[in-house]
Amino acid sequence: MQIGYFTERPYRWLPEEEILHNRGYFAVSNSHFDREKAADDYHYYLDEYCYAEDLGFDVVALNEHHGNPFCMGSVMNVEASVLAYRTRRVRIVLIGNPLPVIKHPLRMAEELAEIDLISRGRLVTGWVRGAGSEQFFNNANPAYNREMFNEAHDFIVQAWTRPGPWRYEGKHFHYRHVNPWALPYQKPHPPMWIPGVLSPETVQWCAEHRYPYIGLGTQLGPTCDLWDFYADVAAKNGYQAGPENFGYLIPTVLADSEEKAQSIANNFVYGGGQNAFSAPQFTMPPGYNSKGAIRMLAKQQTSTWLGVSGEKIRESMEEGDTGAVNYDEVRRKLRSGLQKVQQNLQVIAGTPKSVIPKIKSILSVLRPGIFIMFSIQGPVGNDDRRTSMRLFADEVMPALKEHAKAIDLPDPFQRAPGSVKLSTGSSRIPVSDRSPLAELGLK
Amino acid sequence: MANFIEETVKAAGSELALVRGGSGRPLLVFHDELGYPGWMTWNEKLAQDRTLLIPSQPGFGKSPRIDWILDYRDLAGFYSQMVREMKLAPIDVIGFSAGGFIAAEMAAADPAIFSHMVLVAPMGIKPATGEIFDFFAVTVRRHLMATVADPANTPEYAKIYGGQMTPDRFEAFEDARAETARIGWEPFMHNPSLPHLLRGVKTPTLLVWGTHDKVVPRGCIDGYRDAIANSQVAEIDGAGHRPEIENVAEFDRVVRKFLAV
Repeated sequence: MQIGYFTERPYRWLPEEEILHNRGYFAVSNSHFDREKAADDYHYYLDEYCYAEDLGFDVVALNEHHGNPFCMGSVMNVEASVLAYRTRRVRIVLIGNPLPVIKHPLRMAEELAEIDLISRGRLVTGWVRGAGSEQFFNNANPAYNREMFNEAHDFIVQAWTRPGPWRYEGKHFHYRHVNPWALPYQKPHPPMWIPGVLSPETVQWCAEHRYPYIGLGTQLGPTCDLWDFYADVAAKNGYQAGPENFGYLIPTVLADSEEKAQSIANNFVYGGGQNAFSAPQFTMPPGYNSKGAIRMLAKQQTSTWLGVSGEKIRESMEEGDTGAVNYDEVRRKLRSGLQKVQQNLQVIAGTPKSVIPKIKSILSVLRPGIFIMFSIQGPVGNDDRRTSMRLFADEVMPALKEHAKAIDLPDPFQRAPGSVKLSTGSSRIPVSDRSPLAELGLK
Repeated sequence: MANFIEETVKAAGSELALVRGGSGRPLLVFHDELGYPGWMTWNEKLAQDRTLLIPSQPGFGKSPRIDWILDYRDLAGFYSQMVREMKLAPIDVIGFSAGGFIAAEMAAADPAIFSHMVLVAPMGIKPATGEIFDFFAVTVRRHLMATVADPANTPEYAKIYGGQMTPDRFEAFEDARAETARIGWEPFMHNPSLPHLLRGVKTPTLLVWGTHDKVVPRGCIDGYRDAIANSQVAEIDGAGHRPEIENVAEFDRVVRKFLAV
């Protein structure tokens, strides 16, 4: 099993009222940006990723968002470049570059090749479609999001593997001279892991390409459904999916006492948390989601990554009042919501003693070969962040590794995704185990 | 009583849903970026003297999306083929909002295609002052509310858009918004070359604009007025972006007078 460390690198100096008043992190005015504090935090977060390597994490994971204090990674390839040089052992996982909003796959191929070279082959490169708000920020046509994602991906793989120079005339991208001099260190190219929040099209695409799919804090039951869908597509493509095809990333915080852990965990809903990533009008721009995805998301009762949920769809349809915000009432609801997602095991908070059985349960149900700790959000100090990391690495990680070994969860480096052949006509074996769900009080 | 039928026609290699109603000389109607809202009082009034032909734009309602249409100019080319195949030219046209953009693109490419143009709060030209409302950056409900000056006192607005948004209705609006985004996202709902290509077009043109329009600024009307020599402006006082339902009597009066119905 690969165990990873991830943080959104939150901007920690924004008063919560600004986010609540704006009904989301996206579109809060950058007049609130403090360059000195931001400079300090960029240094801190890079140091924190290096600390994760020192603590023994297998991978460090980065992402990026645009125009959003929820995540200071605006151009993650810059941070990945620094880490490629500064670290020595960890794999650097990008989850992921938003291909359709960057709109320059040749440049992307060059940047990532350099990162892979500097790290001497430690890059795992993932792709995303970009959040809804990023279609606005980058003025990327949301109706072509999926097409541009697919075309950019196919182009990058070609740019890395097909000797140049050659010419490319696609639908959305056009290059007269493709011959990037810097090619990836890894052959034929770096591995790719794809994060997602239940979009069936993405899951199908991953299964067809034999790329591991990383569930971003999604509810366990629907996640099992999606794993099954992946495995069915895999079977049609002639292979048996297994733990090497799946990863799971979940908000996790550890402290020396339960009270302290709960107090820190409240910051996962700071300003509204993931559900307040962006207001409804920026979450689902026109044409960004397929009808199938919208119908599926409508069933998702609680919020998932970036606030995409049935609740958000209903808000889009009805758009509630826009009167004055009662901040205390909002906070009370947020805290109450946090208790619910903790019961659902979508946020894990506690001491190592209480956290270990919870994550072991998740591993038993979802059987992922990759588990990534999503570190604390909100304005939490460096000491508490590092304590959480240390407790996880020293006490939780060994228990998880042992459990993964006991229930046989090979990771993508131990068993290549898609390498277990399934002959035509034979049925696939289960990829998740729903039996503990009832005991956990979950569907 | 409404006297219209819904039919499917073959046009430019594709199928198109078309509402046909009334009697008299044909009048082509291009709906706006949210789709054909249904047969309204203004339709009923004009249908007494004209045969209204109201196609549903490809990608809207029952008309299938056409992938090769990449922008409004392509869409105008598609509709021009339809007009040729149906032997309608020269024909009178009314275009609403983005539908006005379509009609203007058609006239720019073929100045003889229309005998009269009525452009109601047309998009398509970047206004020298003001901005076309970015309706993609708001929810559909907020977009709808912005289209009329006084939603509470516009009966046909309430009839068509009011009340609970059903999932089917929401999906239809989202389909319309998705297709509009696909062809109008960038540059946003205008074509920089359109005013240049309209110069020399002599089609008699009526530009209708509600003085309280929150979607299309007066600058768009001025752009068309400057580009089309034979154009005139009819302002409808107090109306927003949908004068045809906000002040039906005045809308009917100015359109009838212009088309000499």
